[in-house]
Parts: sequence; C-alpha cells; structure tokens
Amino acid sequence: MLGIEDKWVSIAYILCIVSALLCLVWGIIKWNKDDPESESEEDVRKWAEEEDRVEEEL
Amino acid sequence: MSIWMIIIVVAYLCVIGYLGFRGYRTTKSATDYMLGGRKVHPYVMAMSYGATFISTSAIIGFGGAAGVFGMGLLWLTFLNIFIGIFIAFWVFGGRTRRMGLRLDAHTFPELLGRRFQSRFIQGAAALIIFLFIPLYASAVLTGAVKYISSQLAMDYNTALFVFAIIIALYVIMGGIKGVMYTDALQGTIMLFGMTALLILTYVKMGGVTAAHQSLTDMASMVPAKLQAGGHQGWTSMPKFGAPLWWVLVSTIIMGVGIGVLAQPQLAVRYMTVKSNKELNRAIPIGGIFIMMMTGVAFIVGALSNVHFQETLGKVSIVAAKGSVESIIPMYLQSAMPQWFSVLFMLTLISAAMSTLSSQFHVMGTSLGRDLVEESLGQKKKGGGVIATRVGVLVGILISVYLSYLMEAKFGKTGTAIVARGTAIFFGLCACAFLPMYVGALWSRTITKAAAIAGMLSGAFSSLFWIIFVQEKASTALTICDKLFGTRSLAIQLVDGKEVFAKAGPMVWAFVDPLIIGLPIAIVVTVVVALLTKKLPEEHLERCMGKK
Repeated sequence: MLGIEDKWVSIAYILCIVSALLCLVWGIIKWNKDDPESESEEDVRKWAEEEDRVEEEL
Repeated sequence: MSIWMIIIVVAYLCVIGYLGFRGYRTTKSATDYMLGGRKVHPYVMAMSYGATFISTSAIIGFGGAAGVFGMGLLWLTFLNIFIGIFIAFWVFGGRTRRMGLRLDAHTFPELLGRRFQSRFIQGAAALIIFLFIPLYASAVLTGAVKYISSQLAMDYNTALFVFAIIIALYVIMGGIKGVMYTDALQGTIMLFGMTALLILTYVKMGGVTAAHQSLTDMASMVPAKLQAGGHQGWTSMPKFGAPLWWVLVSTIIMGVGIGVLAQPQLAVRYMTVKSNKELNRAIPIGGIFIMMMTGVAFIVGALSNVHFQETLGKVSIVAAKGSVESIIPMYLQSAMPQWFSVLFMLTLISAAMSTLSSQFHVMGTSLGRDLVEESLGQKKKGGGVIATRVGVLVGILISVYLSYLMEAKFGKTGTAIVARGTAIFFGLCACAFLPMYVGALWSRTITKAAAIAGMLSGAFSSLFWIIFVQEKASTALTICDKLFGTRSLAIQLVDGKEVFAKAGPMVWAFVDPLIIGLPIAIVVTVVVALLTKKLPEEHLERCMGKK
C-alpha cells in the first residue's frame, strides 16, 4: 500500500495519521470540558508563589 | 553559507534572547498566570510542550536512524502521538497537575517524594536524573552540532565549541527559565521548517506513492552488514528476532515511545497550566505537531536513500561515510534549495534550544532543590541556590564533553549514537520511575517501601543490563571486558568465534534494558506493596481526594 512493501510499515504510516486525527477530534469535542474536581484557591496560590521562587533560583 | 544567512541566524538568536530576557523581567511569573486573569493560549501550551519534547535528537539523530533502518521507525511516531501526547495529556496530565498543586510539588522527584512521604525517593530520583540526563542533553547537542558543522563547513569540535558558547549566552540571558512564549515561537518555526521539508521531498520524488515505491525498489541495495543483521529494505521491518529488529523495536521504538511518560522535564509541564481544559485543548495541536516533527524526519530520513542513490549511486549511510547523524544534514544540503537551509538552521537551533533549556532546568532543580534543599535538608543554609547554579554549570560541561567523546568514539562507525543515547535515558526513566509514577497517580495500595524498591530495582537492573549485557553499550563502556574478559555476558567465545546467548527469539545481547528493567520494577513494586504498611489514609486523601 502507498508504495510501501511491508504491511507492518504501511500500518504504522496510517496509524500516525489516524492517531493525529484522533487527537484533533478529541480536542474539538473536549474544547470546553473542564475538570469537575477543582483545586482550592489556597493550594494554587501557594504553588504559584513557590514556583516563582524556584524560577528565581535559576 | 552566505553572509545574509549568518545575519538571519544571528538576528534570530537576538530575538530569542530578547524574548527570554523580557519574559524574565516582566510579568510572566507563575503567580500572575495562575492567580491573575492571565491565560495561556492552548497553542502556546502545546507548542511549548512539543518544542521541549522534540529536539535535534529526534530530527537529526532519529531521522538519520531512519536513513539506516527505514520507515519502520514510523512506529515510534505513532507511539509519540498516541502515548506521548494523547495518553500523556489525557490520562496522566490532569492527575499529575492536580496532585502537584495539592502537594505543592515543583519538580518530578518532588512530586514522587511528597506523594510517598519519602525524602529518600526525592533525593535518589533527582540523583538518577542528574547523573543521566547529560547523556540525553549530549545527544541533542551532537545533533545540532552535526548540522552546524556540515552547513558552515567547520570541523565537529569547532562547531561544538561555537554552539556551547551560544548556549552559555542563552542560559545567562535567562533562556533557561520556563518561558513558554519563547518555546512556542521555536515550535512554530519548527513546524514551518518540517512542513516545507516534507512537501519539497515528496514533490521532488514524484509524489507520495512514487517516492515510497522508489525506496521499496532499492531493497537489493541494502549493505551486506545490515543484511546480515536482518535488514530487509527501507520500507520493511527487519527480520523478526534478528539483531536489527531488537535494536529498532526494543530500543528505538519502545524505549522512547514508552519512556516519554516518565520524563521529568515533560511531567512538570502539566503543572504549569491553569486547568484541565487547557490540557484537553493542547491535545490536537500537540498531536499534529509531533506528527509533523518525527513523522516527517523519519519519512525524509528513509527517502534520503532514493536521493543519494540517484545522485551518487550510494545508499545514505554509505554516502554519509558511516556517520548516521550526517544523513539529514547532507540530504538537505544536496537536495534542498539554499533558502531552505536558513529556515532549517533556525528550525534546528530552535529545537535544540528549547529542549536543552528544559534539560538544564531539570539538572539545576534536581541538584539544588531536590537533592541539597529537600533531601539533605539544607534549605535554611541557602545551599540550594548555589547547588542549583552549580548543577546547571556542571550539567552543561558534562553534556558538552560527552558530545565530544561520542563523536570521537562513534562518529564514523555507522552507530545511531544520538538515537541510542536518547533511548538509554528514556528507557532508564521508564524503568526507575514509571511503576512508581503510575502507582502515585492511581493506586492507594502502593506503599513507600514499594515505591523505593521498585525505583531501585528498575534503575539497577537496567544499569546492570547496560553495563554487562547489551552489546553496544557494554562494549563501549568496557567495564564488562575488564572484569570478565568478554564485551558482554551474553556473548561467549567458542573456538575464537563469538556466540550470542539466545532464548527463543530473544538474543540477549541486543535486547534493550527496558524489556528487562520495567517488568522487574513492576513486579517488585506490586509484591512489596502487598507486604508492607500502607500510607496513612489522611495523606492519601490529601494527594488523591476522597475515595
């Protein structure tokens, strides 16, 4: 198929395209879906402040 | 290379440096982003992840490997998209992000250490990463330097020196800090470069099917040495169970395809997004980006055989005089228009910079934050800041030295050294961290002792295999030869001839450490978990939420 001799290689070629399309369709369907379990504001604040400190050390 | 090409490359480096500097100086801090109304576009998130993931190692190293092994490497592209993007973002991303926030974890070892309440895990994981990530960084460097040396007609060591200086400047200017916009710009340039390469290659060879057919028709030209290893042509997989089949499938495809899930520099990316919605939105962009990066590199790498056959009457690896990483640079130079060389030079510098900066970031935080501050308890004494900077500096120096050493030792031997170096690091990460990481995210029964036992057994069995069994690595390291008088424990000398130990289709000397280390680590983790005390319920609730 497609000038490729071994079917295992043709399958890989096609799977690359199919999996990229799967990612595309998935993204479109889930575009606005969010996580039902959201984290507390306090956790996020603490994390973000510490992250800034880590970056500063670099 | 003409003067205007040099001007464009220098101008580009200035823009990237400026963006990094701006990002550092102005408002792109985590606090602004996570708490303020700022949003990062999913395109930026996906491109930044993609640019970190894909480097010159993938394009030059693995692309060159495709010039030798053929289009069978596309299995790796499939795994890169399906596991590296789809499964990684959908299955691992959301949970990693949530747990990272709950535990206030900022690095991969920290996430694992806090999840299992073990400073030892944090320190040991950081040490493994710090010791072995230079191998991956040197693979990225080697890929970039091979291209620069070929384009500028410099010798390898001079190009390595020049590139090392560019990187040092980039790091000093702040490029190492997680500046997503710089990565996204680099990713965009990579996308343009690789799309153009694919189209130009197929058009030049008369279309998709015609190009593949020409490659199929070359099967009889496979060099004798490769044929003996099981090579059956560039559009076929190697013979099942033959040495080349094991290298291609167990090392190159599975090592990297599975290892991506436990990559420290990629796992931290999930934590830096605002919500799971952004992870979902990054999937389509990431999937297409990876297809256009590795897919194109592997297709073009394999098809370069057709070009060299038509122009020089030789297959790629012969035309490149045994230097696997020179195949793609040579193909571009001889088959593509000159304007393309400039675009591709930017593509590759971008690919190398974004990946290297994330690797140096990991080297610094592993040594500073994970090992010195947290694991050894030196936070208050301020040792962490110094250790972080020492970590970056030492990491850069070791990587540059390894890159020099690898070229000196393997440069012209037909060994896909960049692909193999990358695969060793990815495989080692999978063996040491994957069972514990999966357990951390989903299982309440994996205990601290189980996580430690799994990590150590995975790391040590995999290292044992690299040093004493896997033929290519053990021969290069020479430790096995010095201790036991044979280059691999799976090779015996009978009447002066080498005999390879086998069990069914398993030729042990060619089997990748991942195939041995990962199952051992999984079994050890599960068995020890069943025998040891669970973590306190309130801690599990804090990490994973209520049952």
